[in-house]
Amino acid sequence: MAAHRCSRCSWLLLVFIFSFYVSAKSEEATQANDEHASVVDNPQTAAETGKQPSEERLWEATQVNEAVPIDAAAHKQDFPVPGSVLTPTPQLKDDFKEELVIRPLQSGDIYASFQFRTVWETDFTTGSKVSHYRLFPKSLGQVISKFSVRELHISFTQGYWRTMQWGQPYLPSPPGAELWVWFQDTVTDVDATWKELTNVLSGIFCASLNFIDSTNTVQPSASFKPLGIANGTDHRFLRYATLPREIVCTENLTPWKKLLPCGSKAGLAVLLKSEKLFHSSFHSQAVHIRPVCQDWQCKSTSLELRQTLNVVFDLHTSGQGKQEWSLFKMFSRTLTEACPLASSSKIYIDVTDNPQEEQFELSPATPLLSQAVVLGDRRTFSVYDLTQQVTFGTVRSLNVLIRWKSTQGDMLRPLLHAERYVAGYGLQTGEIHTLMYNNHPFRSFPVLLLDSVPWYLRLYVHTLTVTSKGKDNKPSYIHYQPSKDRIRPHLLEMLVQLPPHSVTEVTVQFERALLKWTEYTPDPNHGFYVGSSVINALVPSTVAMHTNITQEQPLFSNFFPCKEESSYFMRVYTEPLLVNLPTPDFSMPYNVICLTCTVVAVGYGSLYNLLTRSFQIEEPNPGLAKRIANVIRKMRGVPPL
Amino acid sequence: MGLLSDPNRRRALINLLTRLNAPICVLCYFAGVCWFMGLAFEPFTLRTYMSENAMGSTMVEERFPSGERALATGREFAAHKKKVGGMPVDWLVKTMQARGLEVFTQSFSRTLPFPDEDKERYIVKGTNVYGILRAPRAARTEALVLSAPCSPGDNNNQAVGLLLGLAHYFRGQIFWAKDIIFLVNEHDLIGMQAWLESYHHTNTTGMDWSPLQGRGGSIQAALSLELSSDVITSLDIVLEGLNGQLPNLDLANLFYAFCQKIGVLCTIQGRLQRNDWDSVSGYSHAVQTMMLMVMKQASGRPWGDHGLFLRYHIEAASIKGINSFRQYKTDITTVGRLLEGMFRKLNNLLERLHQSYFFYLMPSLSHFVSIGYYMPAFGLLAVILLLRALDLWVQFVSPPAVTADGVGDVEQSSPGALSVLTPLVISHLTGAALYILPTRFQEIAVEHFPVSETEAVVLTAIAVYTAGLALPHNTHRLLSGEGTEQGWRVLKLVAVLYLAILLGCTALINFSLGFILALTLVPVAAFVTPHVPKTLSAVVLVILSPACTLLLSVFFFQELQEMPVSFQDGWLMYLSVISQGILDHHLYGSLVYPLIALMVYPCWLLFWNILFWK
Repeated sequence: MAAHRCSRCSWLLLVFIFSFYVSAKSEEATQANDEHASVVDNPQTAAETGKQPSEERLWEATQVNEAVPIDAAAHKQDFPVPGSVLTPTPQLKDDFKEELVIRPLQSGDIYASFQFRTVWETDFTTGSKVSHYRLFPKSLGQVISKFSVRELHISFTQGYWRTMQWGQPYLPSPPGAELWVWFQDTVTDVDATWKELTNVLSGIFCASLNFIDSTNTVQPSASFKPLGIANGTDHRFLRYATLPREIVCTENLTPWKKLLPCGSKAGLAVLLKSEKLFHSSFHSQAVHIRPVCQDWQCKSTSLELRQTLNVVFDLHTSGQGKQEWSLFKMFSRTLTEACPLASSSKIYIDVTDNPQEEQFELSPATPLLSQAVVLGDRRTFSVYDLTQQVTFGTVRSLNVLIRWKSTQGDMLRPLLHAERYVAGYGLQTGEIHTLMYNNHPFRSFPVLLLDSVPWYLRLYVHTLTVTSKGKDNKPSYIHYQPSKDRIRPHLLEMLVQLPPHSVTEVTVQFERALLKWTEYTPDPNHGFYVGSSVINALVPSTVAMHTNITQEQPLFSNFFPCKEESSYFMRVYTEPLLVNLPTPDFSMPYNVICLTCTVVAVGYGSLYNLLTRSFQIEEPNPGLAKRIANVIRKMRGVPPL
Repeated sequence: MGLLSDPNRRRALINLLTRLNAPICVLCYFAGVCWFMGLAFEPFTLRTYMSENAMGSTMVEERFPSGERALATGREFAAHKKKVGGMPVDWLVKTMQARGLEVFTQSFSRTLPFPDEDKERYIVKGTNVYGILRAPRAARTEALVLSAPCSPGDNNNQAVGLLLGLAHYFRGQIFWAKDIIFLVNEHDLIGMQAWLESYHHTNTTGMDWSPLQGRGGSIQAALSLELSSDVITSLDIVLEGLNGQLPNLDLANLFYAFCQKIGVLCTIQGRLQRNDWDSVSGYSHAVQTMMLMVMKQASGRPWGDHGLFLRYHIEAASIKGINSFRQYKTDITTVGRLLEGMFRKLNNLLERLHQSYFFYLMPSLSHFVSIGYYMPAFGLLAVILLLRALDLWVQFVSPPAVTADGVGDVEQSSPGALSVLTPLVISHLTGAALYILPTRFQEIAVEHFPVSETEAVVLTAIAVYTAGLALPHNTHRLLSGEGTEQGWRVLKLVAVLYLAILLGCTALINFSLGFILALTLVPVAAFVTPHVPKTLSAVVLVILSPACTLLLSVFFFQELQEMPVSFQDGWLMYLSVISQGILDHHLYGSLVYPLIALMVYPCWLLFWNILFWK
């Protein structure tokens, strides 16, 4: 080790890779020493890394693909990773990448999105027991194999994503907890497996997922299609549930961090300090597991685990009024190294709106640029590669600083956004209004609306109306599953075409049920939650919207909008609803009223008696002799005395 | 019950009740009045206490620093208001945006059924501006509202300034768990009505409004702020809302607790609290305060912008800054700290305010009378009606020994049913006319008489009312010849029971209104028969009629407010009160006018009918 450090003086970058590789190797104690040479001798890598700082602005060779989780066949674009050489068996090689994307928002707030991706070339479906885990967390791996999970998506969110101020998130999630799972088609009793799985996940993530039961679970027929590669999409194997009331805090963050290969000890994860993450406007953490293709031919599948964490920091509550953001200010930490186990560790800063640094200033400056189509828009990013020592400079720590120069400039309005509210007053009936805005100036597009409403709001489906621009808008597909009291919720799925530049309003009336007195929560006057509606849409891309191309692009490149850019998938969640149900007053006066009512009910009986009967004075009892005489007279057929 | 099922004892009890009916009634009446007057006596009342756990034990710190800046903003707002000549919408939008709020506007318009001469408006068009402070990491499920009406003239600029100052200060805090909506509403109640209807997407009064673009979930509580001077001497809390609804008592407790903590003089009904309850003047002070509350509640109109929130089950109160000539002065920073404290406590709420009372009267801010204490006063009055009904019933079923056999009874009762139905229908038709005609026939009235629209409405109402006195009391003679002895008894029985149910239901919803009506109508119902001296009784009956009760109430209210008026002014005020009552019904859905016109007045007409039975 000492010898390697000496050589760093002359071969700085080269040996950085080398030392990184050594540290990676330290876990793999079985490896022989001579394998080092294969990496060091790799002339191409050395030349490339050596060249990079010399150029002014260098475009990164790779497509940034981090924000497109929905492309079903996410291809692996792996470099020949040094670590991969070390894996003992080629069938089980795994790979870890970490990324942080920072997007300065027009409102002055800042959006930071972490993604940690582990890909493991293994297959649980074959039934072979897998017991050796390296980068992939064992706790999740066991869960996946035990419950035959094909795909698992779980998110915990505190706060609501403000689409109109912040634009689209890279990964949308509803407030509270959301869980949706595709099971393997070998599972026979899906409901029981689901029940068990939620309880296990509840333990893993320290969350109240055990409150997921049949009353808040649905099987969407058209939404939530698998994101990984899949043969069948029979929705019998899909379960979807949300817990809008779930509060997310550090006790959920800690187990989430423990799933990372480096924990929170090294790499980007050192930034995840709860005291800062929860001092924010929005916090969302998620785990996505899905099968992806191993190679181009897609002969075998790998398991992909994506851990994402999104956070928005608020300009106004950050204390001082200076419009300045730095890693230290956001996370109260700076970066000193990449995660040694990661094959790639990068920070991306969205500089699309800031090509000439007129809006904000970025320091330290980075020569590396990258471009990607994210959510239908071509974005440019400045890239900091943490695997290279030069990124950390002479102070050996990286503290990216964004200093705002002007807050002018308007954000492109999101093409699709939605809101929802409860109309009406009183505790008997109400109406749910869902508004969907299509802000595209000339194109209409279809959206798939999914609404899951608890049974205690009794929807009147005959009152369902869909109107756009004052006219009735007939959905082309409706799937409605009525609720059963105390068993399952309402499920409503609709495919609606949103006309250009319009608001589409979906209304449905409901009646508030009177619960049994044991069914009320401990705080019934707080209200009852109704989870977010989910709106899935294929939105026309903004790239195709630019008719006057001011960007310097070759003319031949932009006549026909190319296919993958012409529209993109988007999922929008509305806000959850808080609905008051008729609630008895669970207090001493309530008991008094109950008692009084009982007394009145008893009293009513006697009063009713008094009013309906006529009373007469009873003759005194005839004597015994007279009664006997009467019996005899009766037998004789003579009228009694 | 054993007592009643034994025929002998039952007969004895009934005999007692019928023989002593009149004395018992008189006794009940005075007992009811005395009970009511005793409610204000401090040893009989309860001290207020905070019931809501989330607001009680936790302490909050108030640090609002920038009262002077708020005043400067208020002056800026006043300048812009003067320049625009109304609500400075653009300026408000820009200012709120600069404070980091999500800002939305809402326009509305409303044509009043007839011109409002008090406020000089007929066709109302306006814009509400509101900014939402989004709570960090909350999912838009709950909200609090702070509103300040933007009224024409120089009023309330300081309130808007303070609202903006608080918005700026609140924006920098991390602890908000509920969205806070800062609302500046134009044309006070009409703007508030438009905003609330739009927020809940209902339309109960036929107003035109544009839909809201931003919402904050279900509103938990609201405060409306009225400040018109830079320095205030005391803060007044107004609770009475639409149809006599009151917010949860905890809201008043919260206000009182913070006034005590910060050291601001606080009043209710504009009256300070006194400690000398054992002296005569101290007691009369408490009685007057309570009577003011009763009068205001009985009027059924919203006494501040908060009044309209209550319909939507949102606890709300108005806080008014009063600048009198007292020595004690409070600056705006202190008021801001008070509001900050109240909002922080409301922010701590886990559930809606529901722990404390919704039905109460307040003889002072520190004492209250709960429904359990004041209802017996009404019950004692209502029992008179039941006793009279029992008396009449007993007279029916056991006719005096001198009367003829059963055949005669049957003959007498069959025209009785018809003779009851006809006056009932006719008096209700008169009531319906009183409800409908004034607003429908204003154009015709304006064409033919030299009066304004408002005067036309009020005078039509009075004319219909008076005409009703002449109309129905002869009808039964046309139908059945001479009115029979049995006939008026049936009618009176029906009328007395009708009144009992009517007053009982009214008192459950709005105790004050029910009690005041009971106070005047119960004696009428109790004593009126065709056999009492006609002229004297007619005068008494007219004096105790709903219209005269209203007139007397106007004078009484002015007396209570220590602003006595001459008869001339009182009469003008009476006319304006009638027009306001009709307007309140059409604009905000107040139910007092329809209740009086469609129910109470016809019921009173029945008694009038009985008086002139022969």
